[in-house]
Amino acid sequence: MLASQALAVIETYDFSSPDLEVRYQQLSEELRCPKCQNQNIADSNAPIAQDLRKLLHQQLEAGASNEEILDYMVARYGEFVRYRPRFGGTTVFLWLAPVLLLMAAAGVLAATLRSRSSAVGGGGSELTEQEQAHLKSLLDKTERDS
Amino acid sequence: MGPRLKLFLPLFLFALLALVLFRGLFLDPSEMPSALIDRPLPAFNLPALGGGQQLSRDDVTGQVALLNVWATWCVSCRVEHPYLRELADAGIPIYGLNYKDSDVAARDWLDELGDPYRLNIADREGTLGLDLGVYGAPETYLLDARGVVRYRHVGVVNEEIWREVLQPLYLELEQGAITQ
Repeated sequence: MLASQALAVIETYDFSSPDLEVRYQQLSEELRCPKCQNQNIADSNAPIAQDLRKLLHQQLEAGASNEEILDYMVARYGEFVRYRPRFGGTTVFLWLAPVLLLMAAAGVLAATLRSRSSAVGGGGSELTEQEQAHLKSLLDKTERDS
Repeated sequence: MGPRLKLFLPLFLFALLALVLFRGLFLDPSEMPSALIDRPLPAFNLPALGGGQQLSRDDVTGQVALLNVWATWCVSCRVEHPYLRELADAGIPIYGLNYKDSDVAARDWLDELGDPYRLNIADREGTLGLDLGVYGAPETYLLDARGVVRYRHVGVVNEEIWREVLQPLYLELEQGAITQ
């Protein structure tokens, strides 16, 4: 725990309770650094990430709930600042895309399997009476010729 | 769908994906709209740079204006500074938000390079910057006459950005402010 914390951040904060420290870790890993877009604020050394960590510490010590802290950040930096954005508005597609794509893929797979099994299973190989007669005449003709 | 057309389905899908990815090549992921667009500039009570006067929201609103976030530690701010002076000379109201800087360094900078700002808010701790969602200087906010944030540009304001992005919005807002 201590080692990972020392690696993750430069400055260290004192917390009045171990519970707050756990929440600090969770939130600083969930909050995204607005400047360096593929890092969370726990991993980033950008000045803005330092500021946000300081703010996070202050708010936790002041007794803010996780929800309040996230709302505060989102109000200023947009949904972008959360690695788990809220469901709704512009993030609907983000949340639903994996499910929709999986369903589409399953649909394609099912359709492919069905058409393949019907092709193999002989459903399409039945000949009409007319075709049977035509086939018979052809076979008879070959037999006569040989 | 005919069986022949079905054969082209993978090609269509590939073309679609290629189109999306091609567009992605020309998008800048660091260009994010501010969370404050169409919302009023946050209230503040901060000292003016260099003077004892306290500034608040009312001091920088009342007309369409630019709010430029700058600092002496910000290299790009030095690049953008001459163009801000040009804009100020052309009569565009520009307010400065001196972000997490030292007053002495900021005043020296303005003495040396010229002062395009009508007023400068000294945000030494970055509190207003935080409320604005600033994540690096320079940033420039376009405020309408009622002090509502209409646009944010992250990075240097140069002639191209002004002509193509900020000026059209600025003129539109000014027009709106006159007809109101």
